Amino acid sequence: MQSDVIENIAKRKSQTGFDVYKLRDEFPILNQKVHGNPVVYLDNAATNQKPLSVINSISDYYKTINSNVHRGVHSLSEKATEAYEAAREKVREFVNADSIKEIIFTSGTTEGVNLVAYSFGESILNEGDEVIVSQMEHHSNLVPWQILCEKKNAVLKYIPVNDAGELIMNEFEKMINDKVKMISVVYVSNSLGTINPVKEIIEIAHKHNIPVMLDAAQAAPHLKIDVKYSDCDFLAFSGHKVFGPTGIGILYAKEKFLEKMLPYKSGGEMIKSVTYNETVFNDLPYKFEAGTPNIEGAIGLGAAIDFIKRIGYENISAQENELLDYANEKLGEAGGIRFIGTAKNKASVVSFLIEGVHPYDAGTILDQMGIAVRTGFHCTQPLIEQRYKLTGTIRASFSIYNTKEEIDRLAEGILKVKKMLV
Amino acid sequence: MQTIAEIEDQIAEEFSLFDDWMDKYEYIIELGKNLPLIDEKYKTDEYKVKGCQSQVWLNAEMKEGKLIYKADSDAIITKGLIALLIRVLSNQKPEDIANAKLEFINKIGMKEHLSPNRSNGLMSMINYMKNYALTYSGENVR
Repeated sequence: MQSDVIENIAKRKSQTGFDVYKLRDEFPILNQKVHGNPVVYLDNAATNQKPLSVINSISDYYKTINSNVHRGVHSLSEKATEAYEAAREKVREFVNADSIKEIIFTSGTTEGVNLVAYSFGESILNEGDEVIVSQMEHHSNLVPWQILCEKKNAVLKYIPVNDAGELIMNEFEKMINDKVKMISVVYVSNSLGTINPVKEIIEIAHKHNIPVMLDAAQAAPHLKIDVKYSDCDFLAFSGHKVFGPTGIGILYAKEKFLEKMLPYKSGGEMIKSVTYNETVFNDLPYKFEAGTPNIEGAIGLGAAIDFIKRIGYENISAQENELLDYANEKLGEAGGIRFIGTAKNKASVVSFLIEGVHPYDAGTILDQMGIAVRTGFHCTQPLIEQRYKLTGTIRASFSIYNTKEEIDRLAEGILKVKKMLV
Repeated sequence: MQTIAEIEDQIAEEFSLFDDWMDKYEYIIELGKNLPLIDEKYKTDEYKVKGCQSQVWLNAEMKEGKLIYKADSDAIITKGLIALLIRVLSNQKPEDIANAKLEFINKIGMKEHLSPNRSNGLMSMINYMKNYALTYSGENVR
């Protein structure tokens, strides 16, 4: 009995001394019941929850400085512009880019990939050329390239994935040839959790002068993004996966590429001057930001970056790794679990199957217990269906505010699922 | 021969006996396990009602003025809900099927399974069932 108490107290503080319970106070949404049970939110890879500082930054914006940005001569517009551009500077520092010219606000990772596929891909790709992605891409880093290649009569090739869910790097090297004009790979897999060796991929690609784009949607919540260190040419991520609001994202691109690229959206904001005969485009980064931007989104993202800085990636990694190890242990103990994605280098995502149980059934029962997991293809249908020959998986993904008790609840939930369904 | 409305009421009454979610789901799981398997020849893409989360296969046949449905799913809860839908709609006149309101789903607290967010093929299956009924009824019933 006493040892139970001690163990429970010990669980409250992780090995890093980071106080997760104090942090949870900053996330009001976690303090609610679903189907009568305290919610256990383990769908962080889909979107994570927002701290009060982010929520307040958005309402403060509307309460105090709401106005359209740029071009306004009045004070409110100036303040809104300052806040919007201050957020851009925070992002620049966050990804370690040289200049704010390289930071484009988008609606999310999907728009970032589309922008590159249309504005850059269109101009460099000719018939018979090749684009390389991997077998573990999210649809958002697959479909735009598929459409582009079809249009250009080019070939889309896939870096194969081994059974553990890792890219087979020597196969990748063999895929490189003169026809390859672009490589776009996922930094961290949303359905397997694999952290890919992107620096190595970029080094190999650059030896052959092939530009590389990184889909960093799942990387940014877990790892310090450093575009100088990785030397990627393009990188996209979403605000809502890094404690920020939905509808805002970032495309980083090297200035030398952005200068040559034509905008794929046009309208207000992205112009320098317009006559009835022609338009002169605005300077970078505004050339790619047509229309009134998502001002509140940018400001919210800025607040989210402040939050991450305050917590620190060291704490985030330590806490998440501890949760990942604990989840692997607890799920292993539950028995009859098949893990999908067992890469050596993994973020805090656990994809699994319960023997004899359809993921949809498991997700339904877990939801009744207040446990939010995701089931299905996780927007990586080719990976799950064609590569792993599955109809879906159950995915639990952890964030900085999750606790070991919540993983205990998941393990209990799995036992109940087994009792009801096996 | 019971009408669709009568069967719906009967199901709602059966479910009112359960006082917690586990009992409800255990019953649905049981129904799913007992649903006669669809003939393997119908488990092809042609008969598949594609869902993102779970797959549903559906076949409809006209017999003596009534539509007979057979269906299957790879997920057992989906299959249990299919069993209920078949109990309500199968062996009924196409006109009646096309006009069925299927309010029992809400009454037994299973409405969430019809949400497009679930993408489990159930809502599409109901649409297919109704479309078959409309095709066979040969008249405008709406």
